[in-house]
Amino acid sequence: MTKLRVGITTLIGLFASFSAFAQEVGIDEKINLAIKPFADAVAGAVFSSFPVAGVQIPFVLVWLIVAATIFTFYFNFINLRALKHGFELVRGDYHDPKAAGEVTHFQALATALSGTVGLGNIAGVAVAVSLGGPGATFWMILAGFLGMSSKFTECTLGVKYRDELPDGSVSGGPMYYLTKGLAEKGANFARLGKVLAVMFAIFCVGGSFGGGNMFQANQSFSQLVNVTGGDASWLADKGWLFGLIIAALVGLVIMGGIKGIARVTSKIVPFMAVVYVLAGLTIILMNITLVPSAIGQIIDGAFTAEGISGGVIGVLFQGFKRAAFSNEAGVGSAAIAHSAVQTNRPVTEGFVALYEPFVDTIVVCTITALVIIITGTWDPSVDPSAGVQLTSSAFESAFSWFPYVLTIAVLLFAFSTMISWSYYGLKSWTFLFGENKVTDATYKLLFLFFVVIGSSMQLGSVIDFSDAMIFAMAFPNLLGCYFLLPVVKKELNEYWADYKSGKLVKTRVS
Amino acid sequence: MSAVLMVGIDCSECGDRAIEYAIDYAKRSGAKVFVSHIIEWSPFSFSTVEENFERHKRREEELKRAYSEVIDPVISRLKDEGLSAEGLVRHGNVAETLHELAMENGATNIILGRQGKSKLKAHVFGSVGSHLVQMAKCPVTVVP
Repeated sequence: MTKLRVGITTLIGLFASFSAFAQEVGIDEKINLAIKPFADAVAGAVFSSFPVAGVQIPFVLVWLIVAATIFTFYFNFINLRALKHGFELVRGDYHDPKAAGEVTHFQALATALSGTVGLGNIAGVAVAVSLGGPGATFWMILAGFLGMSSKFTECTLGVKYRDELPDGSVSGGPMYYLTKGLAEKGANFARLGKVLAVMFAIFCVGGSFGGGNMFQANQSFSQLVNVTGGDASWLADKGWLFGLIIAALVGLVIMGGIKGIARVTSKIVPFMAVVYVLAGLTIILMNITLVPSAIGQIIDGAFTAEGISGGVIGVLFQGFKRAAFSNEAGVGSAAIAHSAVQTNRPVTEGFVALYEPFVDTIVVCTITALVIIITGTWDPSVDPSAGVQLTSSAFESAFSWFPYVLTIAVLLFAFSTMISWSYYGLKSWTFLFGENKVTDATYKLLFLFFVVIGSSMQLGSVIDFSDAMIFAMAFPNLLGCYFLLPVVKKELNEYWADYKSGKLVKTRVS
Repeated sequence: MSAVLMVGIDCSECGDRAIEYAIDYAKRSGAKVFVSHIIEWSPFSFSTVEENFERHKRREEELKRAYSEVIDPVISRLKDEGLSAEGLVRHGNVAETLHELAMENGATNIILGRQGKSKLKAHVFGSVGSHLVQMAKCPVTVVP
């Protein structure tokens, strides 16, 4: 209880000082101006690019796609051949009844998914389609498909090298496989592993402030302003106020220990995702005659790229970028979420993790893209920073009330993504600075501070900074994954042989 | 083949009537008694990242508490009566898991106390007793 009281008092204190500060005019503008140069510098460094056919291609994007492609071939199209078995595992066909009460494959997947399904699928897709045209969808789907192999690799490693703490809880993720996995390869690798793990942890903390926090706060605020009357809304210049309210709610969960809020959110979010998908499918079905031409636009646009700056490369870039940001394959965040599963065969969680980019990008993002294309709401001249508003108006053209539902969905998605990322960030933070009350509270206060900053900034800088931090995680993570590929292959081959020879016990007969 | 009883209990007191009945039955037939407590849990529920990482720890705590607060008092009672008794705790759907435990241990009869839910509640959510009666492969005794 004292913890709770301290938490609430801190929050009220924060709130009061901010309100006083905000009496001045244009507080949002000031925050934006103060942070923008820094955000731009970080984004510039991570997205250092080289020209391909006249378009600047950021190296990090090439890094992600090349890795996903190599992993797909190295594991002989694991993203296709393990789909059926992955589904059996999620369904619980191989569930050990003795382990009832532990985290199941379904729960690990559902938790990881609710951390990734969210604004990337709603706002990100809208950005990709407005900047890259319908053709961006094609590259987004391809990136999702290849990304499945990256997820497979990192999530298998996440389980294999997780730490089981003396108190019975577990801790896993790239920090652990980079240190423990590479240490198995000798002294030089052990040093490299440590460096990579520290780099990953630093970027993950940054990502938890950026894409896992500011981007979420920013886009949910933007949608809230949008449904309450746009620029005329009394909320329009009160991003800081929205930020404070969200920060207070997040604070109650992560500092106040009010786990109930997070628990309730974790149960509503899957429901909202289903509502979103059903609404999208309904719009697609209502306009079923337009679907062939929409698919035509997607395929034509992917290779002709008429009127898109940068031509085909520009379209490809938009599609790949938004897919990567939405499903986070290769970034390493999912490896943290998936590592909590109960299994003694790490590779099983890899199979299950294949479904994450599949559901997130191939299913949900494609539905969003189709709705935007069919309803004709995309427009190359539209302001790309409109993000979520574009998707909102696409759905609105079919159901006038949908923006309200979408607002609730966006707020909930944003909230649950923030809670998940605060956990990823905290794990990285304690990996760097050790685990004690002071480091813990410092991180959490910083996290809440960035909620307010994110709500007050303009989308452009937020999106660049968010992208930059999240993508930076992929450098150490994937480099480590390359070295650890043989480990994953060994696990896979042993398991696959057992599976094919029927040695595994199937507990559910269907 | 001697009788094996599977007694399902919610908490140490609320299973009292079922336990009395089982003691009586076991004394007459020389049956072995299993006392089981099922912790309601679904493999398809949704949880937060933090909950997942703490899950193993929580499960151990839940099991420990179930034994010390629910099962152990009942077992010692049965032992005092000179009966052969064993306690079991598992997570899962109450009716299904109770049935699984019964089958695994070769139970010849499942005994449970009636929960005393209102008609409406039982109608909407179903009751453990009625679920069990419908699927059980052995006789089920619901003690009023």
